[in-house]
Amino acid sequence: MISTYSTLATAVSTQAEHGGQVAVEATGIYSWTWLLIAFPLLGAAVLLLGGRRTDRIGHLVGTVASSLSFVMGVVLFVAMLGEGDAERAFTLDLWEWFNAGGYQVEVSLLLDQLSMAFVLLITGVGSLIHVYSIGYMEHDERRRRFFGYLNLFVAAMLLLVLAADYLILFIGWEGVGLASYLLIGFWQHKPSAAVAAKKAFVVNRVGDMGMVLAVASMLAVFGSSSYSLVFANAENASTGWLTAIGLFLLLAACGKSAQFPLQSWLLDAMEGPTPVSALIHAATMVTAGVYLVVRSAAIYDLAPDARTAVVIVGAITLLMGAIIGCAKDDIKKALAGSTMSQIGYMMLAAGLGPAGYAFAIFHLLTHGFFKANMFLGAGSVMHGMNDEVDMRKFGGLRVAMPVTFATFAMGYLAIIGIPPFAGYFSKDRIIEAAFAENWVYGICALLGAGITAFYMTRVMLMTFFGARRWKQSEPPHESPSVMTVPLVVLAVLSVVGGAGLLYLTGDIVQWLAPVTGEAHHDLPMPLALLVTLTLLTVLAGVAVAWGMYGRKAIREDVPAGNPLTVAARRDLYGDAFNEAVLMRPGQYLTRSLVYVENRGVDGAVVGTATAVGGLSSRLRRWQTGFVRSYALTMFAGVGFVVVAMLLVRLP
Amino acid sequence: MSPTPYLVLSVILFTIGGAGVLLRRNALVAFMSVELMLNAANLAFVAFARMHGNLDGQIVAFFVMVVAAAEVVVGLAIIVTIFRTRRSASVDDASLLKL
Repeated sequence: MISTYSTLATAVSTQAEHGGQVAVEATGIYSWTWLLIAFPLLGAAVLLLGGRRTDRIGHLVGTVASSLSFVMGVVLFVAMLGEGDAERAFTLDLWEWFNAGGYQVEVSLLLDQLSMAFVLLITGVGSLIHVYSIGYMEHDERRRRFFGYLNLFVAAMLLLVLAADYLILFIGWEGVGLASYLLIGFWQHKPSAAVAAKKAFVVNRVGDMGMVLAVASMLAVFGSSSYSLVFANAENASTGWLTAIGLFLLLAACGKSAQFPLQSWLLDAMEGPTPVSALIHAATMVTAGVYLVVRSAAIYDLAPDARTAVVIVGAITLLMGAIIGCAKDDIKKALAGSTMSQIGYMMLAAGLGPAGYAFAIFHLLTHGFFKANMFLGAGSVMHGMNDEVDMRKFGGLRVAMPVTFATFAMGYLAIIGIPPFAGYFSKDRIIEAAFAENWVYGICALLGAGITAFYMTRVMLMTFFGARRWKQSEPPHESPSVMTVPLVVLAVLSVVGGAGLLYLTGDIVQWLAPVTGEAHHDLPMPLALLVTLTLLTVLAGVAVAWGMYGRKAIREDVPAGNPLTVAARRDLYGDAFNEAVLMRPGQYLTRSLVYVENRGVDGAVVGTATAVGGLSSRLRRWQTGFVRSYALTMFAGVGFVVVAMLLVRLP
Repeated sequence: MSPTPYLVLSVILFTIGGAGVLLRRNALVAFMSVELMLNAANLAFVAFARMHGNLDGQIVAFFVMVVAAAEVVVGLAIIVTIFRTRRSASVDDASLLKL
């Protein structure tokens, strides 16, 4: 049990979990939860500390470590299915981290329905991407190091979702940030990759400030940062503090999940190897922000203003990402814009409160399947096309790469939300929930669905259909089976993932309800009408894309485009904005500070030193070395003292 | 008994000694002049002790003699060393200790 020490805490006799679920101490199989993190951590340690000796077996060690973690996750999931609906939360106290001045932090893990979902996503998709990377990175001489970083990422991400304390979560949070940095800049000989890695790191630091402020506020208000104490005492805190904590957490989430206004790093992060883009910058790490918001449901439920901010950020990002995705010719960047947009959907849903938390997580899981699938598909295309990423130089690849095409098509149908593919179930519910909350949110979500259909159809048509625009001598080849098997698995998940999750958990809302709570919403229109409307919007998006890219031949040179296209190609001026508003004034500020420092502070110090130096060099002349002149000075001095004494003593 | 003649003699001796220290270049002469100043001070001490009829001044005079003897030992040694190295006993020659 987490020991209680503060006055607030002693009032709580049980560890009340938000949503009414009480977390019990882990026993039996659940007390082995730590193995989930230990396997990949050990793998990373072996690969990164073992050095060249592990070069030959590096990829195997990495894949096995990740797979063992997945097997463990499945075992725990099956065990959890056997428990009662609201008895699926387990805490595992490992050791006391520190206990200082009234603050006590325990390293403890919390395994409940929410973290379970993430564990399966991270280890499952993670293991598939490990397998894929064996093929993708085959000719890279630093493959062992790559797998070490991947394992490090998996371990950190698992710590992030399994932590039972915001400070422990923060360790995982920084761990995935580090892994992301290392992997974006994995091809460090490319200056663009090194710059992109640095940019991701710096932008994430801004978000991390929010996280630090949130944790500090929790310590100030609740005296603790552990979930159980914070959530149990949230009702006693003032709304002002809760809103502040909610906004700080949102800032943290924006940094990690590439949400407006901290979105600029994600598109550049595509410089990393494609499996990294699939695992970290599409399926798992970038969704950590959504996890943070959903996990902090107890705080957001009591801070409606913070929730509104989450929805607005989500809605803006959802449209921004979609518009950027429409204009990019780089297949990975188009997918990255799509990732931003889909995470915007999740944020929007998470901001809707108990009515949306479960849908956010549902969409997060299905998105993890189909987006990883499409990224790996893009990687497969690049693999066959000598690392070409410009879609204007693809075209007609469905014949050359049938497996990649078929799997990519499954992901495509899933993301645009065609029933019964995975994305349909999750996205449709978010649109429903958005409409139930507010017309504006609903229309944003609907519009986003239409644009999604447009840009994904564009990617599809430019890559796999139309005339062959590639000019290489040997035709593109299909990837080896070590790469296509994960693609097939993910494609199957993209098809059945939505319905399968609903079946397996008996409706995901019910499954997550003990953690996030639930609320029923009333739709302003009949459900059938809304579903039809959504499908029509999607079909309209597909039709427009077909009209623009399917019927007409695609030009190989980049057309001028309308102003919106030009803006979208430049990431809607996100970088320009940061440069003008943050970087330039920052540079001016530092430059003027340097000026003040040199002229003002340094001037005073150096001036004093010069004055003392000059004075002393004058005084120095008195030291002549002639003993007799010293003696004369002494005599004069003594005479002066005697005269002074006589004058003073005179009555 | 009037101390005035003794004090007058003491002042004369002290002035001669002081002038010797300041004006003479030879280290040995300057040294002797220092001795002269010390003994002028001794004379004044003893004269005052006699005037007051106690022994305080006499005791101080003994101390001064002891210190003067010790000073002579050290001082002469230094002068001899300087003379050996520099072939000169002039105090103005040994003016190296400066910036």
